Amino acid sequence: MSIPLSWYLILSAALFSIGLFGVLARKNAVAILLGIELMLNAVNINLVSFWRYGNIASISGQVFAIIVFAVAAAEVAVGLALIISVYRRRTTVIANDLDLLKW
Amino acid sequence: MSTETIIWLLPLPPLLAFFIIILFTNKGKSLSHCIAVIAAALSWLGSMVVFVRALGVEHFGKEVFQSSINWLPTGNTWLKIGVLIDPLSAITIFFVAWTVLMIFVYSVGYHNYGQPKGDHDRKGLPPHGATIIDENGHSHTVPSIEPMYSRFFAFIGLFAFGMYTLVVSDNLLTMFVGWEIMGLCSYLLIGFWFGKPSARNAAVKAFMTTRIGDVFMLLGIAFVYYATKSLSFRDILNEHTLSVLSSTTTPILGLSAAGLISLLLFIGTIGKSAQFPLHVWLPDAMEGPTPVSAMIHAATMVSAGVYTVIRMFPLISAGFDGYHLTTTMSIIAFIGAFTALFAATIAVAQNDIKRVLAYSTISQLGFMIAALGMGAYVAAVFHLVTHAFFKALLFLGSGSVIHGMEHGVLHTGDHSVDPQDMFNMGGLRKKMPITFWTFLIGGFALSGFPVLTAGFWSKDEILADAFGNGHFVIFLTLAIAAFLTAFYTMRQITLTFLGTPRTKSAEHAHETPWTMTLPLVILSVFAIGFGWVGIPDKFPLLGGILPNWFHEFVGGTLAEAPEVLPFNFMPLLTSLVVALGGLLVGWFVYRNVRSAAEDKLQFKLLKNKYYFDEIYDLLFVKPAYWFAETFAYKFLDQTIIDGFINRIGGVAQSIGTGFRRYFDAPVVNGFGDFLGESTKRIGRKMAPIIQRGRIQYYMVTSLTVAIIVVVLYFFFKA
Repeated sequence: MSIPLSWYLILSAALFSIGLFGVLARKNAVAILLGIELMLNAVNINLVSFWRYGNIASISGQVFAIIVFAVAAAEVAVGLALIISVYRRRTTVIANDLDLLKW
Repeated sequence: MSTETIIWLLPLPPLLAFFIIILFTNKGKSLSHCIAVIAAALSWLGSMVVFVRALGVEHFGKEVFQSSINWLPTGNTWLKIGVLIDPLSAITIFFVAWTVLMIFVYSVGYHNYGQPKGDHDRKGLPPHGATIIDENGHSHTVPSIEPMYSRFFAFIGLFAFGMYTLVVSDNLLTMFVGWEIMGLCSYLLIGFWFGKPSARNAAVKAFMTTRIGDVFMLLGIAFVYYATKSLSFRDILNEHTLSVLSSTTTPILGLSAAGLISLLLFIGTIGKSAQFPLHVWLPDAMEGPTPVSAMIHAATMVSAGVYTVIRMFPLISAGFDGYHLTTTMSIIAFIGAFTALFAATIAVAQNDIKRVLAYSTISQLGFMIAALGMGAYVAAVFHLVTHAFFKALLFLGSGSVIHGMEHGVLHTGDHSVDPQDMFNMGGLRKKMPITFWTFLIGGFALSGFPVLTAGFWSKDEILADAFGNGHFVIFLTLAIAAFLTAFYTMRQITLTFLGTPRTKSAEHAHETPWTMTLPLVILSVFAIGFGWVGIPDKFPLLGGILPNWFHEFVGGTLAEAPEVLPFNFMPLLTSLVVALGGLLVGWFVYRNVRSAAEDKLQFKLLKNKYYFDEIYDLLFVKPAYWFAETFAYKFLDQTIIDGFINRIGGVAQSIGTGFRRYFDAPVVNGFGDFLGESTKRIGRKMAPIIQRGRIQYYMVTSLTVAIIVVVLYFFFKA
C-alpha cells in the first residue's frame, strides 16, 4: 500500500472543484450537465477510496458508488431530455438566456 | 296494615294530591277536586282507624304507637325521625281529619263548582260572576267558577300534608318541617287572589310576622338539641332529662334551661297562633278565600301553634310544684289571658263578619294558652278540640253567608254593597235556614251556651281550673273575655241573621249548595256533641251520666295524670252568667240597630285595633324600610360597596391604560412593527439583486452560503 489515502482525496477534491467550476462558469447547459457528472464521479472516488482504506469486509462503499452511477445515468437522461425540450422551444441552450424564473 | 304503617302513611295522600294536581291535572277542574277530596278522605280514613285503635288500647298513655327510623348520621349516633301517636296526638288527629275533610268538601261549593266561566274573570282575582240567558230569554248574573280552581285544591292539599306531618311527628325537627310547610301554604293561600293588593300585603304580613316567631322557635330547637343531644319527644320529655334541664341555669333572666327552651318555643307559638304581640297578621289573613280562613284559623295552623306548646307542656312545667307558677308559665299565662281579653274587645267593634271571627279566634287561642300557662293541661286540649270544631263551623258558616250575599249582590247588580259587612245583612235566617241554624250552633258553642254546646264544657273547665288553683286575676280576665265573646257573637248573629234585611242584596241572598251545607251540618254535630265526652264527674245533675272520658284519655299523655279538681259552684255560676248574660245583652243591644252609625260601640280605638298596625308600622316597618333604603341600599351598597368596587375598577383601568400607552404601544408593538417592516424593506431591496432568474447566480449564492455556514460551523465548534 504505497499510495496514501490523501492522494485519492486530493484527486477527488480537484475533480469536484473542476466540476463545480464547470457548473458555475459554463454557459452551455450541456456543459453544466457535464460538470455535474464530474462532481458525481468525484464523490464516487471518495466512496471507493474510503472503502479501500477502511473496512474492506464491508461492501457498502462499492454499493453506494454503483447506486451513484445509476442515479447519474438517470439524471443525464432526464437532463438531456430537458435540454432538448428547451432547445426546441427557445432555440437556445445558453443558461443565461433562460431567466424566466425570477421575482 | 299495622297501626304504625298507617300512621306513617297519614300525611302522604294530600302530598300526592298536591303533586298530581300541580303536575298533571291542573287543566281538569273536576278531576283535580276529586283527587284532592279523595286524598283528604284517605287521610281521614287512616286517622279514624288510628283513633279507633288507640281507643282500644288500655292505658294508652303508657303504650303509645310509635316507630322511628335513622335519618341523619351525627357522628356516632343517628338523628332519628319517626311517628308518635299518643292520646294528645290521637285526639288532635281526630279533629284535624274531620275539619280538613269538611273544608275540602266545602271548597268545592265555595269556589262555585258547576257554575259557568266568568265573563271577565282573571286569574288572581275573585270571580266576578257570569251572565247566562235562560230559556225565557232573560239574562241573569250568576256566580262564576274560580279561575284558579285546581290550584286552590293543590295548595290546601299541601297544607293538609303539613298539618298531618306536624301532628304525627315524634320529634321537633319534622314537626318544624310541617310547621314551615304550613307557613308557606298560608302565605300562598292568603295571597291566593294575588290580583288584590290587600291580599298581597296580607300574605307578606302573615309570612313575615310568623317568621319572627319561627326564628325563636328554631333557636329553641337548637337549644334543645344542644342540651339533650336529641330532638325526639320521648327523649326530651322523660323525667330524667327534664330534671336535668330544669336544674341547669342559663344567664338569661335567671331562667332554667327548661324555662328558656320553652320560652323560645312559645315565641314560635305566639307567631303561629297569633298571640299578642304578634297577633296582627291573623285579621288581615281574612283576605284569603273563606275555606282558607277556616283551614288556617280553626283546623290547622293556629291549632298547630297551641298543639306545640301542649306537646312541650312537660318541659314548660318542669320545676312546677303545682301551685307556684314558674317564670315561663307566668309569662305564658299572662300573654294568653291578656290576648283573650284584648282580642275580644277589638272583636266587639268589627263590622266584617270574618274579622269578628278572626279576633274571636285570637281570643279563644288566648284561653288555651292561658289554661296551659296555669298548668290546666286537659282543659287546654279540650278547648283546642272543641274550638277547632266550632270555629271551623263558624268560618265555613260565614263563608256560606258571604256566598249567599254575593249571590244577592250579583242578582241586584249593586256592586257597592260589601258582602262581608254585617250591616248589609240581616234577616238571613229565612233565606239561608241551614246556614243560620248551624251558625247559631257554632256561635252558641263559641259563647259557651250552657250544657248543650261543646264550648261551654271546655271553657267552663278552663275557668274552673283558674279558680280552683287560685289564679284569680286570670280567672277574672278570662271571665270578662268570655262575657265579651258571648256579646260579640250574639251581635254577629243578630246583625247577620235576625231582624229584617238591610239591603236589597240581603233580600236576594240564597242558600248555598249541598257541598257547603253538608260540612256545616256535620261540624255542628261535633260542636254540640264533643263537649259531652268531657263532663266533669262531680257536675251537678249531669256529672257521672257520661264518664269523663276525655280527662282520663288525654290526661294519660302526661307521666303523672293530672288530678280532677273538686267541683266548685263559683266558676260554674260565672260561666253561666257570662255566657247567658253576654248573649242576652248582645241580642238586646243589636236587635234594632239598622246601620253602623247607630252602633254605640264603634269606638275609634277598637275600630282601629288599638292602632297596633300603625304602631308597628312606625316602630318596625318604617325603620326597616328606612334601614333598607337609606342605610343598606344608599349608604352601604351604593356608597361603600359600589364605591369600593368602582374605585378598584377605576384604578385597574388607569393602570391598564398606562401600560397600553407607555409600554405596549411604543415598546412591544414598536419592536414587532420594526422587525416586520425592516424584513419587508430588506426583502424589497434584495430581490432584484439576488433573484435574477439565472440558475448559475442561484448556484453561486447557494455555494457561498454553504461555505459560510461550514466555515462558521467549524469556527464555532472549535
